[in-house]
Amino acid sequence: MAFYSEKVMDHFANPRNVGEIKDADGIGEVGNPICGDMMTFYIKVKDNILEDVKFKTFGCGAAIAVSSMVAEMAKGKTLDEAMQLTNAQVAEALGGLPPNKMHCSNLGAAALHKAIENYKSKGK
Amino acid sequence: MKQIYFDNQSNTKIDENVFKAMKPYFLDYYGNPQSIYSLGSVSKNAVEEARKQVATLINIKPEEIIFTSCATESNNLALKGIADAYKKSGKHIIVSAIEHISILNAARRLEKDGFEITYLPVDKEGNIFEEELKKSLKNDTILVSIQTANPEVGTIQNIKKLVSIVKSQSKALFHTDAVSACGTIPIDAADFGVDALTFSASVMYGPKGAAALYLKKGVKITPQIEGGVQENSKRSGTENVAAIAGFAKACEIAKSEMVKNAEKMRNLRDKLISELPKKIPYIYLNGSKKNRLPGNINFSIEFVEGEALFLLLDAKGIMAASGSACANKNLKISHVLTAMNVDVAVGQGSILFTLSKYNSEEEIDYLIEEFPPVVQKLRDMSPLYSHFLKTGSRMKAGPGTDYDDNDHEHCDICDEK
Repeated sequence: MAFYSEKVMDHFANPRNVGEIKDADGIGEVGNPICGDMMTFYIKVKDNILEDVKFKTFGCGAAIAVSSMVAEMAKGKTLDEAMQLTNAQVAEALGGLPPNKMHCSNLGAAALHKAIENYKSKGK
Repeated sequence: MKQIYFDNQSNTKIDENVFKAMKPYFLDYYGNPQSIYSLGSVSKNAVEEARKQVATLINIKPEEIIFTSCATESNNLALKGIADAYKKSGKHIIVSAIEHISILNAARRLEKDGFEITYLPVDKEGNIFEEELKKSLKNDTILVSIQTANPEVGTIQNIKKLVSIVKSQSKALFHTDAVSACGTIPIDAADFGVDALTFSASVMYGPKGAAALYLKKGVKITPQIEGGVQENSKRSGTENVAAIAGFAKACEIAKSEMVKNAEKMRNLRDKLISELPKKIPYIYLNGSKKNRLPGNINFSIEFVEGEALFLLLDAKGIMAASGSACANKNLKISHVLTAMNVDVAVGQGSILFTLSKYNSEEEIDYLIEEFPPVVQKLRDMSPLYSHFLKTGSRMKAGPGTDYDDNDHEHCDICDEK
């Protein structure tokens, strides 16, 4: 029984959507290095839809896999749909996370939500 | 795929000759050492011969050896057993802040039971401050426990000197956890002048399941496992004869090979310590440069996290460890790095390679080749690294720094909430 599921290992070793969006419509940052992980999400919005989602993450295997999965799940969704995304859904999509790594999935969803709130606060 | 094992501080591969020495005690000589018929006697002799061999490694008498199941048990027996036996003389115990968790948790238990514990600080290389030790000693100090060498950062203490400080100023007994040093570098418990010493088979090419506590003749101890007459009633329970026989063989091999093996490991260690920084910028050696275990390499790799590092290394067949928060079961950064005052953000990128006599120069070269791209891959994903590239500034973690009022709202694990 491996510590991480195959899906987690795949998203960790080959993360999707890594990077920054230069002219992002919204940026959300959560966590900090004291806790051991930190995530920055960048979103591009068109007609109320997440046209592009990218991230940069400092953290463990789970943190990177969660970021990759959140970005993948969020892309193409409406802002409201993306705001509904929960950490449980992210963990489930990854085939589960070890109990002491569940907090990483909180971070991923929170970073995305923060980026959306940041976009909305600009009153576009 | 290649399998390269660089986590020898946690456990070593067993030496084939050790395994051979153990085999007869599984299927042929299975008697209980306490039985007096012939099959029991064979087992009894094996244990007593082993006692001589194990004692020889650290230059003490066989009757001063108590066999235990593991180093954690030896450390628990030393701390709790001595504390209980001497509690009438005093309630004060000194341990270092970088001890193995079995010493620290045993000390915390004693604290709950009314003992007063002083946790000695260390400098940024992990050396005990001798002045702090002097200041900490009191009339009612009954025990000092300081490890011989730290398995995580490799720093070797000057135990002989620390013992002389303690003995010249107090009546306290001195225990040292020598697990990471015994069998790797020559250890002479008599010359150290210690009253008790922990060592273990499982990190010196011996089996899991056998360790020892050296207890100087005349030192009292309260058993922590009560039962029959085994180990002079100081540690009851049927002897693990096969593992004890293996431990003895491991000590015999160590005595003859140790110096040669250590020299080989030191050369490989020094190659890594000098070559990795040439290929990877912003990395910092943890631990002592001068007094360092032969096989210990511990770097903090800035802007990345340690668990991610060793998972990517594992995918290339390289097994290593990390002191990062995420790599620890309790989600706290290693207490050793914390005590050494390593910046938390930087320490999260700690990676630990510990070598054995079985590692080769080819393996070291393979690591030097494979490790830099792994670091680069994670740095390319890291918001801390991109911030640094853009601004030239490092975000420091900790109170009063960039992160002091940062977002801890989503953090279930840190104390800052």
